[in-house]
Amino acid sequence: MSIEVNFQLKLRNFSLKVETVFPESGITALFGPSGCGKTTLLRCIAGLEPSVQGSLQVGDTVWQDERIFVPPHKRPIGYVFQGAVLFPHLSVHGNLDFALKRASEQSISFDEAVSLTGIAHLLERRTTKLSGGERQRVALARALLSSPKFLLMDEPLSALDRESKAQLLPYIEKLHETLSIPILYVSHSIEEVAHLADQMVLLSNGRVQGSGAISEMLTNLSLPLAKYDNAVSIIEAIVAKHDENYHLTYLRFDGGEILLPREDLSIGKSVRVAVHARDISLVLQVSKHTSILNVIPVIVKEVSTLNKAQVLVRLMAANTLLLARITLKSATVMEIKPGASLYAQVKTVSLID
Amino acid sequence: MLHEADLSALWITLKLASLTTVILLLIGTPLAWWLARTRSRGKAIVEAIVSLPLVLPPTVLGFYLLIALGPHGPVGSLSIALGGKPLAFTFTGLVIGSVLYSLPFVVQPLHGAFTAISKQFLETAATLRASPLDTFFSVIMPLARPGFLTATVLGFAHTVGEFGVVLMIGGNIPGRTQVLSIAIYDHVENLEYVQAHWLAGGLLLLSFLMLVAVYTFNRRFMVVNL
Repeated sequence: MSIEVNFQLKLRNFSLKVETVFPESGITALFGPSGCGKTTLLRCIAGLEPSVQGSLQVGDTVWQDERIFVPPHKRPIGYVFQGAVLFPHLSVHGNLDFALKRASEQSISFDEAVSLTGIAHLLERRTTKLSGGERQRVALARALLSSPKFLLMDEPLSALDRESKAQLLPYIEKLHETLSIPILYVSHSIEEVAHLADQMVLLSNGRVQGSGAISEMLTNLSLPLAKYDNAVSIIEAIVAKHDENYHLTYLRFDGGEILLPREDLSIGKSVRVAVHARDISLVLQVSKHTSILNVIPVIVKEVSTLNKAQVLVRLMAANTLLLARITLKSATVMEIKPGASLYAQVKTVSLID
Repeated sequence: MLHEADLSALWITLKLASLTTVILLLIGTPLAWWLARTRSRGKAIVEAIVSLPLVLPPTVLGFYLLIALGPHGPVGSLSIALGGKPLAFTFTGLVIGSVLYSLPFVVQPLHGAFTAISKQFLETAATLRASPLDTFFSVIMPLARPGFLTATVLGFAHTVGEFGVVLMIGGNIPGRTQVLSIAIYDHVENLEYVQAHWLAGGLLLLSFLMLVAVYTFNRRFMVVNL
């Protein structure tokens, strides 16, 4: 079910003007700096900003146009707010029942939602006796129990400490794998987005700056993402084998192989690997004189100046896009330009399973 | 102990206070909700009108009510046109007067309780398919429970304790419009101190117990929720 958005909203010192179509499946990240209108856009889709002008069509149904404004309680969405917002007068169970009772259909059972979010042991608790991560999981289960056509998540991780974040992420991924429900996910963290998203809509100052597949967006040199200090590209791979002698795990992807320290993963599992642009160096030939294990043959697609000293290089390894940040000096000496064939040495990769 | 006239004054007082409280909750709830959520310019005016009984001498309110409820006043003539009697010096008149006089004591606690409820709860309820009315009963009322309790008890207690307005519009008709506070006044005027003691002491105890109940209950509610 596609979501066609054409919104204009004027607030006191901010205007939103967005025309885009959100993909029908997977996790779409709404990404941008604080104050760019991500949350406002999400609220407009949910019907929580009644002063928004324009139109919204979800599948075949018009939710908003010049004459129609479907009120929020009649829009089959699930919304996970930044601060979870659990009802304090109800227990965890009561909060879940609130959603279940009012759902027009039941696409997920109570037990499924509870086990998917791992909250079975919390059901009888008061909502005030939960940690931040637990609150978000309850809010997630509650949103799922309203059997939404798609899920809107407003920075569900931002209020959490590092540990709770790490705890919650796997649940969101599991959700993604288990349910076919599309998710719009607001975030301002490039790591979070690289971790979760399939597609991205980039917002800046209330306007769409670009949208597309996540790997394409992360490595697009004309967008600001590649210029971030923690710019990152991703590799979708499959666990190929484990090397017990050297305690390594081999991942295979269309452009070659990636080795990492032994991880407890089953063979054949799909994983995602994130590589920071600063951790890729380029060499013209494969050398035995290096301690770096991951050397991937690549073709240069595009080179762009980052600052006086550094350039960004967009690389292609078969169909996988990579991003490298190297010095201008090296780029000049090595004559790196589009079409050149060379090798990317990857110093560190972080596994996202 | 209590004479028959005192008992009937007690009965009239309780009847008046109960009826007034019920009516006030029915009127005061939507009014307080509107005050808590509106951005209309008229809000200040409405708030001022609601609070007037707090600052006006009861005799002023009573005087205007007497005129309005009398045979030539707008309310009184409406009542006559509908086949009734003028409302001054009747129990119905007392109810109308009490509703106006005790209005701020019901609206203000409710207003405060509603204002304290974060908009996020309403939005969350909406995204969980709760209609606005459903949200009111399933989220707002439970969250505003201390406010409702305070409003109920203050509305009731304040009506029990009113004197000036009742005297102006209800007169002092034993068995029909004579309430406790006026019965006490009569006893004191007639130097019947024993009976005045019984009634005054009873009223004092009743009011005190009601307030203790409210504060105990509200505190327990808060503690549970924190």
